[in-house]
Amino acid sequence: MTVTAPTRPQLEPTAAPHAVTGRRATRARKLMAGAFLAPTVIGITLFTLVPIVASILLAFFRWDIISSPKFVGVDNFVEMGTDPTVRVAFLNTIGFVIVAVTLQLAVALGLAVFVQSKMPSWLRTFFRSALFFPLILSAASVSLVMAYLFNQDFGLVNAALALIGLPAVPWLTSPGGAMVVVILVYVWQNFGFSFLLFVGGLASIPKDVYEASSIDGVTGWRQFRNITLPLVSPTLLVASVMAIISALQIFDQPYVLTRGGPGDSTRTAVMVIFESAFQQLQFGRASAIGIVLTLLIMGVTALQFRLSRRFVFYQ
Amino acid sequence: MNTTTLQSPATTTPSSRPPIGSSRRRGVPSPSIIGKIVVLAVATFLTLGPVIWTLWTSLTPQVAGTDRTDFGLSAYLDVFNQVDMALLVWNSALVTGLCAFGQMFTAALAGYTFAKIDFRGSRALFAIVLATMMVPMQVTIVPVFMLIRGMGLSDTLLALILPAIPTAFGTFLMRQYFLGLPAELAEAAAIDGASPFRTFVSVYAPLAMPGLAIVGILAFNYHWNEFFRPLIMTISEQNFTLPLGLVSLQGNLGTGSVSTVLAGVVLSMIPALIVFVFGQRPLREGLTAGTSK
Repeated sequence: MTVTAPTRPQLEPTAAPHAVTGRRATRARKLMAGAFLAPTVIGITLFTLVPIVASILLAFFRWDIISSPKFVGVDNFVEMGTDPTVRVAFLNTIGFVIVAVTLQLAVALGLAVFVQSKMPSWLRTFFRSALFFPLILSAASVSLVMAYLFNQDFGLVNAALALIGLPAVPWLTSPGGAMVVVILVYVWQNFGFSFLLFVGGLASIPKDVYEASSIDGVTGWRQFRNITLPLVSPTLLVASVMAIISALQIFDQPYVLTRGGPGDSTRTAVMVIFESAFQQLQFGRASAIGIVLTLLIMGVTALQFRLSRRFVFYQ
Repeated sequence: MNTTTLQSPATTTPSSRPPIGSSRRRGVPSPSIIGKIVVLAVATFLTLGPVIWTLWTSLTPQVAGTDRTDFGLSAYLDVFNQVDMALLVWNSALVTGLCAFGQMFTAALAGYTFAKIDFRGSRALFAIVLATMMVPMQVTIVPVFMLIRGMGLSDTLLALILPAIPTAFGTFLMRQYFLGLPAELAEAAAIDGASPFRTFVSVYAPLAMPGLAIVGILAFNYHWNEFFRPLIMTISEQNFTLPLGLVSLQGNLGTGSVSTVLAGVVLSMIPALIVFVFGQRPLREGLTAGTSK
């Protein structure tokens, strides 16, 4: 500071010509900023911001595209509460999220802890890569494959059960079985994402914490509960928020596996949006359901961040 | 190796250790480690198993009239005979390629501007862009569908491409990337008389290639596998993309040839597999970008 201070006045005489180019450069830079931002800003305005507003407005209308829209107030929202299909779809979605996310996080964290233990580095790399592999596949293709594997008559899963003397399970044709398959297929494909987050989170825990606790005789499960879990809790928060947000939007797996059936047993909130809009041409109703789903996502996320103040431990 | 010898006495408690000596101390895995590796191996088997089964079944199609399964590529020929596989692949490649390229292009421009050019309202604008990331697609899909219809683009591939090009996440990612590049580079370029545009094109854009690769790979992976939007936006089969085509192929065949459908699945997995093998690191980084505290 003391060195640079005297040099400043010296620069001032030459500052005048610089200021001119500087101002011109600023204008050029402003022009460039406008041109560079235009595609993104116009695109997001057109395809996200305007649609959000349109969707909110549309939720108060009844519209089938053919006849002109009719204002119905909050009817669309009221109907949601009384329509058993919509109610069941939301209950299915919430139940699915609770079970699938819990399973996904537990499997991911457990495997991430295991993969961090001492082993040859090539083996660790292999496990790490293999376990997130399903993430890159298309949910539709995966569901096609799984539909064959869980087929009651010729599926490999029932064939395996038969080997150990168990009867064939009507996986996709019974309400409970279908939901179990949807959950398993979803978790199979998505646990790798949480796994990646946990591997990153665990790697940032300093090694000496473990060394110190091992010397004190704290190992195994107690070490996990009292040391790993608190130290990985920030990652757990992020992983759970992201897992819940994405699970609440589940569509591809139940659509391909069961089309929502048998009955309404695997119908999800997004599936009802899709059916309302593009099969029954009730665009207002679809918008209303979409808004409720969004509020649910925002509410759960906010709640998680509130709760996290008590459970998340920052180093 | 060093840490292994240091830690093993502490983690494997004294009682269970047979006094054999040197080879043990050199880091032969303890029973608990072996247990963990077994669990990981089982998990890996469950993860890769269905994929391997898919590949195997597609290569051993059921020959009509015999119980015998033959190893061969006939299921792959069937896929090309029964659906216009070439068209599906072309549609998917076109949509995915243009989405990826468009996202890389727009995200590079917007990300650079938010990171390196100071103008009034920059922060507010960036906050708005970022906020749109939190809105689920299901809320906007109905108005977007109507907009596309209004533009006369319904049931075209452009309906899938155009709305996917402006990317909030890509913009965020590229902004972070450009923020990490030193400002001195711009000063040096300015002293050499480069225009702001020239500074971007010749100095910053080339340096941002690794970041752009992440945007491109993520876009590729997402749009190659996308199902929900194509299901809504396309009606006629000549505009179907691969995932949609495969699902309808299964519908056409009913309980017919499993191998044929699975051959289609394998074909659709190949590009994803190539990206996985060559772009694993950028893919991992991209997926977890912005999630650390």
